[in-house]
Amino acid sequence: MPFVPHTPDDIAAMLDTVGVASIEDLFDEIPAELQIGELAAIPAGMAEMDIARLMQSRARADGQPLCFIGAGAYDHHIPAAVWQIATRGEFYSAYTPYQAEASQGTLQLLYEFQSMMVALTGLDVSNASLYDGASGLAEAVLMAVRANRKVKSEKVLVPRSLHPAYRSTLRSIVSTQGIELVEVPFDPRGGHTAIEALDALEAQGPYAALVVNQPNFFGVLEDVDALTDWAHARNALVIGVVNPVALALLSPPGDWGSAGADIACGEAQPLGMPLASGGPYAGFLCCRQEFVRQLPGRIVGRTLDLDGKPGFTLTLQAREQHIRRNKATSNICTNQGLLVTAATIHMTLLGAEGLERVAAACHANTAHLTQLLCEVPGVEPLFDRPVFHEQVLRLPAPAADVLRSLAAHDILGGFDLGTDYPELDPAALVCATELRTEDEMQSYASKLGRIIATGTQAPRPVAPAP
Amino acid sequence: MLIYDRSRPGRRATAQAPLAMPEVTDIPAALLRRSRPTLPEISELQAVRHYTRLSQKNFSIDTHFYPLGSCTMKYNPRACNSLAMLPGFLARHPLAPESHSQGFMACLYELQEMLKEVTGMHAVSLAPAAGAQGELAGVAMIRAYHLARGDLARTEILVPDAAHGTNPASAVMCGFKVREIPTGPDGDVDLAALEQAVGPQTAGIMLTNPSTVGVFDRNIQAIAARVHAAGGLLYYDGANLNAILGKVRPGDMGFDVIHMNLHKTFSTPHGGGGPGAGPVGVSARLEPYLPVPLVAFEADAYRWLGEPERPESIGRLTAFGGNMGILLRAYIYARMLGREGMRRVSEFATLNANYLMARLKTAGFDAAYPQRRASHEFIITLRREAKELDVNAMDFAKRLLDYGYHAPTTYFPLLVPECLLIEPTESESKEDLDGFVAAMVAIREEAQTNPELVKTAPHTMPVRRLDDVRAARQLDLAWQSQGQQ
Repeated sequence: MPFVPHTPDDIAAMLDTVGVASIEDLFDEIPAELQIGELAAIPAGMAEMDIARLMQSRARADGQPLCFIGAGAYDHHIPAAVWQIATRGEFYSAYTPYQAEASQGTLQLLYEFQSMMVALTGLDVSNASLYDGASGLAEAVLMAVRANRKVKSEKVLVPRSLHPAYRSTLRSIVSTQGIELVEVPFDPRGGHTAIEALDALEAQGPYAALVVNQPNFFGVLEDVDALTDWAHARNALVIGVVNPVALALLSPPGDWGSAGADIACGEAQPLGMPLASGGPYAGFLCCRQEFVRQLPGRIVGRTLDLDGKPGFTLTLQAREQHIRRNKATSNICTNQGLLVTAATIHMTLLGAEGLERVAAACHANTAHLTQLLCEVPGVEPLFDRPVFHEQVLRLPAPAADVLRSLAAHDILGGFDLGTDYPELDPAALVCATELRTEDEMQSYASKLGRIIATGTQAPRPVAPAP
Repeated sequence: MLIYDRSRPGRRATAQAPLAMPEVTDIPAALLRRSRPTLPEISELQAVRHYTRLSQKNFSIDTHFYPLGSCTMKYNPRACNSLAMLPGFLARHPLAPESHSQGFMACLYELQEMLKEVTGMHAVSLAPAAGAQGELAGVAMIRAYHLARGDLARTEILVPDAAHGTNPASAVMCGFKVREIPTGPDGDVDLAALEQAVGPQTAGIMLTNPSTVGVFDRNIQAIAARVHAAGGLLYYDGANLNAILGKVRPGDMGFDVIHMNLHKTFSTPHGGGGPGAGPVGVSARLEPYLPVPLVAFEADAYRWLGEPERPESIGRLTAFGGNMGILLRAYIYARMLGREGMRRVSEFATLNANYLMARLKTAGFDAAYPQRRASHEFIITLRREAKELDVNAMDFAKRLLDYGYHAPTTYFPLLVPECLLIEPTESESKEDLDGFVAAMVAIREEAQTNPELVKTAPHTMPVRRLDDVRAARQLDLAWQSQGQQ
């Protein structure tokens, strides 16, 4: 029996202690007609060597294509130490640190994470994580609507240049609470959010908050100072959605405009989390001190023990569901502790200078890739503003066909924008992180050139043999 | 000592960053950072040693018996971790095309199918990132169902007082009012009170069965019939699914929507507070509203179904469809268990709980519901000890740490005074359970002979009892350099 240690003697002795004849008898309070027989549709169990063989073949079936997709998840170097330490049993198999004295390792690490996120974002406080960047933004929006005491409004301005999956997640989570998301169009030449676009929406206000993403989904850098000041002049709070690696290079939300952003959130995946098909990642959420009691999720504080020795504990729990129940700031309970463990070790090993090197290398690689790809006839950047590490390229053929043809050569050439932004079609969002080499970029460019010259072809997916 | 205290200006783990630092020339200065963020400046060895030592300050399943009630702290098989971290799975981009995803999608599809079978539900979505997000999705589906029928008067969700705090919080996040239903003296939901509360305003009821008082609600069919007759739907909180896995199915009990906590029942790691995974299962009438993405099998290939294919869906819950690596771990665990192993999970979890309850009762402790069978967990109330010895449940919990046992869940559920909610799980041996009983007996003796020892416990942890009031009043939530203080 996998993972059950009982011997026949144990079972007999235990049943005797309980005073029943069989394990079946322990279920005698459950109505007999509800009890089921065999679960026919579930296969028989497997030994570790057999499941290992199956999983290895499935992992192999998907190949290891060359990745030029970013679009919210980025292929960065992860130091070997990060996951070797994060998967130590003491981190991996512990739970939420409710018993603080027996959880000082996790608690101190979370406090260090909070400290690092405060340093990166330039804000005052951080929580200990949310599920991911998109659901974290939903929590940030709910928080902003609660926290804005000057403007009692349930309208929030959300740029169309925000990640489509973030906008979709935001809709799913906040729309049931009466919050209205008002879309801000992007400038067709620059790809950025122009102040004029906000002015045009002003009459529909007032707004509780403005979402500002830096860089935006197109990789384009926004004029964050002007956007922040525009919102603050109208008593709207500013929610920055930021890439933590970009923050090593770019102005932090706490410095935006004359007063700084009020809330910053984003996806922590670039800090030591493998792409892993989309998760688990971790959302982060930081804010100014005055809003700390509106912050959802776990927060760790430093305090003293009976002997006056410093120690760490979960604090401000009166915000949370296990204390406040239906009056809580959020329903979140389990969050992404293990990913925060990885992110904290990752940030420690990279340091500020290391992260800046990564950011600068990504920026340079994407600029170089753009240059190489634009040598292919008909390929050109769609927007004329500076970018961080992604670029929208107009293609001379249907984007889906081009990308499928590249995939046949094991190159994931970018994200097809046609579905979410039909007005940009045919266009792809491309990314070259610090991991992409000159050879890899050259290979992408030459294959793209051949495909554009000779026409596209599409492979058909086929399921692996069982 | 904080990692920041080990930091020295100019020290770096140089192997971990690109060797070159290209100059950035095309970004306007106003958009650039003016000074570097204050992150630690540390060598690689210092970092490795610091975090390895921090890990050693934790209790964990791998190192200690961890009978935290309603959390199902069972063994997390190592194979689940190493196979989910095969390079092919780790390197796969979430937006990779289906042509490069069939192996991964096969695992997700088969997991969906197995979860359908073991819960008796019509369809499953793996999207929710944790139990609470599964609850949010479930309640949102109940809301969508009533709205689609034009049934706009259903504004209330019924929640028993023993429920997890996430239940009322999730209901409120979906715009509902919460009405609490009391628990009867035998631990089952008070049917008379339910009768009073249910009506045309009822959107649904959220139930955990077995409940958090550690008993299977014997009236579940009557509750389902009553709520359905009033036009409400039944939500199953799967936190305690470990108690009935392979024995009884929520779908057969009459539930319309359920969430599962894969980090509990399917043994994925708790990770110091996540990640979890909270798939939802539904009956046929809620199927159109499932959160996306779903994995379908059509024409010899696995396909994603997103918002365009599922127009009535409540939508996305995270950017990339869920905690995929956790779903892989659960899949591996489920395949290793197989149909027989799943049934044994609930059988031995229940045997362990009933054995431990019987031994503690014999040792003179009071079970909160002594006349009932334990499910996979049970409650000991220390009300008598608190009154006679002035040593409370928290004191016992803290002293258990000194004996090398993680404390059970304390002071939850709120309706039982001085309670310990104890869940041993199936993966613990008889010797470990016996050791726990011996520790409880020893602590009670200490409470009689030397109560200060218990009231000031723990004594062997890295810190002694912490000042939570100070933590909340004098907020210190982030390290600040000397210059900033």
